[in-house]
Amino acid sequence: MAHDDPVIQVRGLTARYGSQTVLDGLDLDVRRREIFALVGGSGVGKTTLLHQLIMLDTPVAGSIKLFGEEVVGIGERRADRLRQRIGVTFQHGALFSSLSVLDNVALPLREHTVLPESTVHELASLKLALVGLPYVASRLSPAELSGGMRKRVAVARALALDPELLFLDEPSAGLDPVSASDMDELILQLRDSLGLTVVIVTHDLDTLCRATDRVAFLDAGCIIGTGSVTALRRDPHPVLQAYFNGPRGRAAAAVT
Amino acid sequence: MIDTTRHPARIERTADGATLRLGGAWVTAALVDLEPQLAAITPGARTLDASALAALDTGGADALRRLLGRLRADGSEVTINGLRPEYQALLELVDERLDGFVCPAPTPGPGHLERIGRATVELGAEAVALLSFIGEISAMLLRTILHPRRLRWREIVADIHTAGVNALPIIGLLSFLIGIVIAYQGGMQLRNYGANIFVVELVALTMLRELAPMMAAVIVAGRTGSAYTAQIGTMVVNEEVDALRTLGISPLEILVLPKLVGLMITLPLLTMFADILGVFGGMVMAAGMLDVTFDQFLARLPEVVSARSFLIGVGKAPVFALLIAAVGCFQGFRVQGDADSVGSQTTISVVQGIFLVIVVDAAFSILFSWMGI
Repeated sequence: MAHDDPVIQVRGLTARYGSQTVLDGLDLDVRRREIFALVGGSGVGKTTLLHQLIMLDTPVAGSIKLFGEEVVGIGERRADRLRQRIGVTFQHGALFSSLSVLDNVALPLREHTVLPESTVHELASLKLALVGLPYVASRLSPAELSGGMRKRVAVARALALDPELLFLDEPSAGLDPVSASDMDELILQLRDSLGLTVVIVTHDLDTLCRATDRVAFLDAGCIIGTGSVTALRRDPHPVLQAYFNGPRGRAAAAVT
Repeated sequence: MIDTTRHPARIERTADGATLRLGGAWVTAALVDLEPQLAAITPGARTLDASALAALDTGGADALRRLLGRLRADGSEVTINGLRPEYQALLELVDERLDGFVCPAPTPGPGHLERIGRATVELGAEAVALLSFIGEISAMLLRTILHPRRLRWREIVADIHTAGVNALPIIGLLSFLIGIVIAYQGGMQLRNYGANIFVVELVALTMLRELAPMMAAVIVAGRTGSAYTAQIGTMVVNEEVDALRTLGISPLEILVLPKLVGLMITLPLLTMFADILGVFGGMVMAAGMLDVTFDQFLARLPEVVSARSFLIGVGKAPVFALLIAAVGCFQGFRVQGDADSVGSQTTISVVQGIFLVIVVDAAFSILFSWMGI
């Protein structure tokens, strides 16, 4: 693929649960090295869209291209190769509770590479160091970690195979303001230093203002606006106005 | 993604040995080929030429960092030429973050003696905790009997349905089969002496006094005890139990008591059902193999089997029910932290439930023989 082709290209994506249409002919482009946010009220299909993008669900109709490769109807082997190029973190971390923190990060390396144990160990430690986890935490089990640390470990695990594309589901939800802004910093730093493309699903207006390049606003299964936060704020659409220029939206804009 | 087969990661030493040329894609996937080359590098080079690097990710940057560390180990200056600025930034980031980050080695596990000691102490502590739990729910049960209006009958009835009605097919089938097996194995011996008719005593007494209550209890411990542990354990993980406490509702009263009462009603009934099906299994076998007709069997049954045998069997059931419900709920409350713990506590709950049922059954046998019944 050419360098300026979109990393993610979605056309006419439709998804249904039973008879209920969740996504209705949705189009989306995510460019290389940008931090792209998916926002919208609860129940508008953000999670559904995310699940389609990370190949957990298949759509009823439409096309999704990751790195220029069509993923709808893709074979399992090629899907697996694509999966190694993307990293995903889930809202509650989804760390494997039977493994230590270090082993959680080492798991993808052990499964997908034939590296010697010492190198796996070194790389897993490096990923934990990159997300700013104190090293004493690496032997703990996930249950012993705080919420913020768990999210960091989840990011470290998503980074294990050095993906080019990172999906973060609610990275700052449930974090205290300091941890949340650390998380924003981390996302920016990962993009700048590792050249990642990052897709964030978030409700956090501060994260939107501070850490994103472009935002797509989902409502009723369609994207009703795409652009920077500033641009969306000026959009006269009533839903966008309510979201960005409500009391919380104005407060978030005021500090940035 | 860069193709590592077209750009194999490599380190080449120039003829004079002072420069190492780095080339290809230094990415995590290429580390397999890179590691042996790294290990073969001997100190001495003063310059690295990185202009032919096709790609660098964190794994590759880490390898580069280690290479530099090796070359600089003897205190000599090593310079890198031709490293692209973004690679330089990545290398600095990795260097900065890994500085002082030492993953602690796994601490060696405790020795055999220590493990035995710890396990013993834990076992003792658990036994005490279980006893106090049983005490607590017994006290609560007595209190509730004085105020029966406080019982949650809806939950109790729902519990009787899942623990009792739904268990009828499996308990019935297994008791029937056990009845057949006893009549067959015992009947073979009886036939040698022409004492075919004694199969009635054989089947009826073993089923009513021992096997029916035991079978019903073991199946319920496996089916229902485990469900109790999993349900309460999941509620503990979801902080639902804490939520109940803060709402001023006793988790024991709302979660344990209905299960306990429900099971104490259900298990005696299940035992009776197992009695009937077990004896019926024996009757079928007796009619088929020993020429004891149903009429003969049923006529002899009340003559040789007293109501006491039946009552002893059914009377044990509420005790078993108390044990199963107590162990199931107790292990549920012992769940800590995560989903993993729910699984292990559920296993423990089933094993402990069946173990206690058999131990208590043995204790009953000894007790009854002392009392001469």
